[in-house]
Amino acid sequence: MADHGETTHAGAAHGSVREYVTGLLLSIVLTAIPFGVVMSGALAEGLSIALILLCAVGQVLVQLVFFLHMNTSSEQLWNTTSAIFVVVLVAILIVGSIWIMHHLNHNMLMGH
Amino acid sequence: MSTELAAPPAGYTGYIEEDHHHDYGGDVVFGFWIYILSDCILFATLFAVFAVLGGNFAGAPEAVELFELDYVLAETALLLLSSFTFGMAMLEANKKNMKGVFTWLGATFALGAGFLVMEVNEFIHFTHEGAAAWSSGAWSAFYGLIGTHGLHVFAGMIWMIVLWVHLWRDGLTEGNHVRLMCLSLFWHFLDIIWICVFSVVYLMGVL
Repeated sequence: MADHGETTHAGAAHGSVREYVTGLLLSIVLTAIPFGVVMSGALAEGLSIALILLCAVGQVLVQLVFFLHMNTSSEQLWNTTSAIFVVVLVAILIVGSIWIMHHLNHNMLMGH
Repeated sequence: MSTELAAPPAGYTGYIEEDHHHDYGGDVVFGFWIYILSDCILFATLFAVFAVLGGNFAGAPEAVELFELDYVLAETALLLLSSFTFGMAMLEANKKNMKGVFTWLGATFALGAGFLVMEVNEFIHFTHEGAAAWSSGAWSAFYGLIGTHGLHVFAGMIWMIVLWVHLWRDGLTEGNHVRLMCLSLFWHFLDIIWICVFSVVYLMGVL
């Protein structure tokens, strides 16, 4: 990671061919695994879901690092900080919605 | 009683000149990054709606009967490759190679168009099978989420055409380079959203 990723604008690093090819290859692998598992039906449902989510999170991180060149350097401090803030917001939004609606459905079925 | 102000220095316009704040491009790209993060929240709400309503088919055909994973895999491949070719276009732009930028941008546009044609084709097919946007809560959430992503891709392609004209007219100026960087952020972001779409909607939909 030392010889590439030169920066001309604050917070906007440039990549290299090697970086993009690495990102592409990792993305292909992380796409092939969940599609392969679901299309072959080799694993149990719970295990498949865990694997799909794991590969999705992995591929998002791969693309953030290799395509969007996010890193922990000081020029990128605000890009990364704001992104972490949004990840927290998104987590609250999605987990909160599912949680609330699940309890709502549960209470309706219980006839309260 | 009024106070007399000193005359401004020669050449003073009241505006900060371009060469006095050479990091202008970085500010624009960071501002665009903030827009992309706010777009993330838009997609998060749509994903939350899909998570809540995604099982309510209400008599309409169910996702498991209609989803064809090899078709989705082809769409995924097109969008992933287009993300890669845009990266190549950025590298050519850094090298100030106009011909390379046009070639890779053209490839990105073609792959994006292929993706969009496949998606619209899928929508038409589903609608004919009785799974229309108005058929049930689950299908409304499906079309809302995937349609919003598709609209973003469409907007990105219009932006690409506009940028193409800019580049053709003015060459790789500082301003055009900043525009290209913003569009590259946008395009990579759309591929990241698609990862969540194929994982949560399609793969988990057929399980």
